[in-house]
Amino acid sequence: MRRLGLAAAAALLALGLASPGAEARTVRWATSGDPNTMDPHSQNVGTVTMVLQQIYDYLIARNADLSLRPGLALSWEQVEPTRWRFTLRQGVTFHEGQAFNADDVVFSITRAQQPTSNYGIYVDTVDRAVKVDEFTVDVITKVPDPILPNKFASVAMMSKGWAEAHNATRPQNTRQREEMFTVRNANGTGAFRLVSREPDVRTVLRRNDAWWGWAPENNPPATPPGNVTEIVFRPISSDATRVAALLSGEIDFVLDPPLQDLNRLRQAGSIRVLEGPEVRTIFIAMDVKRDQLLYSDVRDRNPLKDLRVRQALYHAIDIQAINRTTMRGQSIVTGTFFPPQVNGYSQAEDVRLPYDQARARALLAEAGYPNGFGITLDCPNNRYINDEQICQAIAAMWTRIGVRTSVKAQPLGPFFAQIQRDDTSIYLLGWGVPTLDALYSFQSLLATRNGAQGDGIWNYGGYSNPRMDELVQRMKTQSGEARMQAIHEALRIYREDVPHIPLHHQMIPWAMRSNITIPHAANNQPYFRWMVVN
Amino acid sequence: MFAFIISRVLQALPVMLTVALISFAMFAYVGDPVAIMLGQDYTQAQRDALIQDLGLDQPFFVQFGTFLWNALHGEFGMSYRLSRPVLDLIAERAPATLELALTAAFLALLVGVPMGIYTGLYRNSWLSRFFLTFSLIGVSLPTFLIGILLILCFSVWLGWLPSFGRGDTVQLGWWSTGFLTVSGLKALILPSITLGLFQMTLIMRLVRAEMLEVLRTDYIKFARARGLSNRAINFGHALKNTLVPVITITGLQLGAIIAFAIVTETVFQWPGMGLLFIQSVGAADIPVMAAYLILIAALFVTINLIVDLLYFAVDPRLRVGGAKGGH
Repeated sequence: MRRLGLAAAAALLALGLASPGAEARTVRWATSGDPNTMDPHSQNVGTVTMVLQQIYDYLIARNADLSLRPGLALSWEQVEPTRWRFTLRQGVTFHEGQAFNADDVVFSITRAQQPTSNYGIYVDTVDRAVKVDEFTVDVITKVPDPILPNKFASVAMMSKGWAEAHNATRPQNTRQREEMFTVRNANGTGAFRLVSREPDVRTVLRRNDAWWGWAPENNPPATPPGNVTEIVFRPISSDATRVAALLSGEIDFVLDPPLQDLNRLRQAGSIRVLEGPEVRTIFIAMDVKRDQLLYSDVRDRNPLKDLRVRQALYHAIDIQAINRTTMRGQSIVTGTFFPPQVNGYSQAEDVRLPYDQARARALLAEAGYPNGFGITLDCPNNRYINDEQICQAIAAMWTRIGVRTSVKAQPLGPFFAQIQRDDTSIYLLGWGVPTLDALYSFQSLLATRNGAQGDGIWNYGGYSNPRMDELVQRMKTQSGEARMQAIHEALRIYREDVPHIPLHHQMIPWAMRSNITIPHAANNQPYFRWMVVN
Repeated sequence: MFAFIISRVLQALPVMLTVALISFAMFAYVGDPVAIMLGQDYTQAQRDALIQDLGLDQPFFVQFGTFLWNALHGEFGMSYRLSRPVLDLIAERAPATLELALTAAFLALLVGVPMGIYTGLYRNSWLSRFFLTFSLIGVSLPTFLIGILLILCFSVWLGWLPSFGRGDTVQLGWWSTGFLTVSGLKALILPSITLGLFQMTLIMRLVRAEMLEVLRTDYIKFARARGLSNRAINFGHALKNTLVPVITITGLQLGAIIAFAIVTETVFQWPGMGLLFIQSVGAADIPVMAAYLILIAALFVTINLIVDLLYFAVDPRLRVGGAKGGH
């Protein structure tokens, strides 16, 4: 009798294990960093958006190849040069039940414009948003903005009523002495809803069955809707532990597996490594402004101001060796400073100066440095993939042509603090393009710093070329073919002036258990709506 | 006794002040919180406004004074990184660290003392030699390596224990405990061994050395001459007298375990104060770092005080000395 009971229990148990049911498909996801907030307009960093874009919807959504498609707006149109009109999707509700309408759109855009928001770049040209009717919104821009839709693919839509009820009508202010409701709570219209949030420990999201996007017709053919019902996000900062947790089956999906473990992961039968390019380019930038370098043994002049010296340093880099050895093949060598996914990219301008040590030495001699000179290369050591190793390799290559290079590698905190004080002579930087439009890169990295929002704020080499500035202004306002011409001319100037030495676009591998499929996205954002767990 | 405590507390104040000052001075080198908070895109005006908001434009000693004044009022400010009050963060993380540290210390004592006694009494047995060799590993291998090896062994190969995190926790008031769930207890095993291994071997070697020392003394010989049983001599006389230094070391090591759980917590993603501190360093989150360092200083001061008081209880000579008015 007792045995029979046991057998029955075992059978039941086996049954339970054998059929987890269509409804329970949990995916346990780890990365090294945890989102610092659940507020969608506060901190504009990948670790925040990678979670929030599962919860919130945007007026304009992205496909896995990052092209635009309708999100909460069904259509959009530039009705006048400074007026974009958005027609909204009807019948959408927030996770807590509020109906979505034009008021929420106006509110969300205004919220992103607040000084305490880090999302200012996506609304920098916006003068104001105006409600036309319940499901139509006009956005008035200060200047004609051809790429507003690209930017609005990053402005999350919040519920006005919800934010007002919780006293969260603007993102957290540093003067505030209390925690804002939105730091640990979220209420979007998106594919998943926030169920629980323990910072640095665990964030649980559950499928929002009412989401408009689950309908097959609302998905591109390449990526039918997925079947994940629950996402358990667990940050694991130690690389070795993150890999161990994936190997031991405690984690199903790792967004940032360490490069040195990739081979081991590939060999483990139950793990799949998905590789794809990232929209991030690694390059060397340098002080081309000062009359004397801060960190060099050349006293009376700045060698980097001489185009021939910049070309010599460029010729001296054996980029294939870096790709092969330092990056273990995980990089895409480039001659320009943004990848093909970015609007404005031109294959014709993506050409490197060839690796040629003899030519490099000749150029140095011609510029008056037959014996080279000494210089310090500033470098982060925990920001980009193998950043310090790349700098070491380059230092060795430069030293070979006589430019005695010492590498000063630091963690990202002190590194960025230093270069942002303009306290550098030559440095390694990686640049991502969240708007996926060339303007963002030209404006931030190559425009002359003039105090305006965005112009030259990351141009720590002090590069300044009036023609470039003019082209950047044209990119801001013109559209169509004229704009494309401006971008291509600017790209040519970039190639000829050598303000940077471009190196490569980063690749980002994702690692997961082999029963999972998900489209790789070059913005390093996993779209769980398209994840399938078998 | 009371005067003793008062004098100790008074001595602690300058210690705390110095720690606060040094830690505050170091923050200038951990990076620029403003750059990290602003992200990639900002205007100079936004930057200036933020610097002013945070009071970073003030001279160093004004900043330090403001910090001290607020700290005296129990106000440690808001975390730059997480936009939450620092004290809430620390209160949330403290249970995880304390449970881990206490388990590790308990483990170290429970295993270390008997091993020390055994190796002291049976110096030449093969088991003693094994213990001593084994303790070398504990002393010489760095913590993160031990942690990774344990994870590799028990999580990846054997699949018995979780490689990270705290398992399920139960909330008792504001205290979250992992002691009450199976997954919580399982999650505690690897980190507490990692954290306690060094202390365990230290205690073992200390007890052994003290036992050897004490066993040579005259009163032990006399006790043997009196015909007392081995058991009474070893545990009644010898062990009791070895305990004074063991108490000191255990006490100080408890402080060290709490303060330096940082490495173990990072390896095991244990959501305690150490992990919080490391992540705050990465983000130049000055309020959290300052509060944490002061807390750790306070902890060491308190532990030292308790150790002193325990001396009082254990060693009669101190009491006599105190009664006579000092030495």
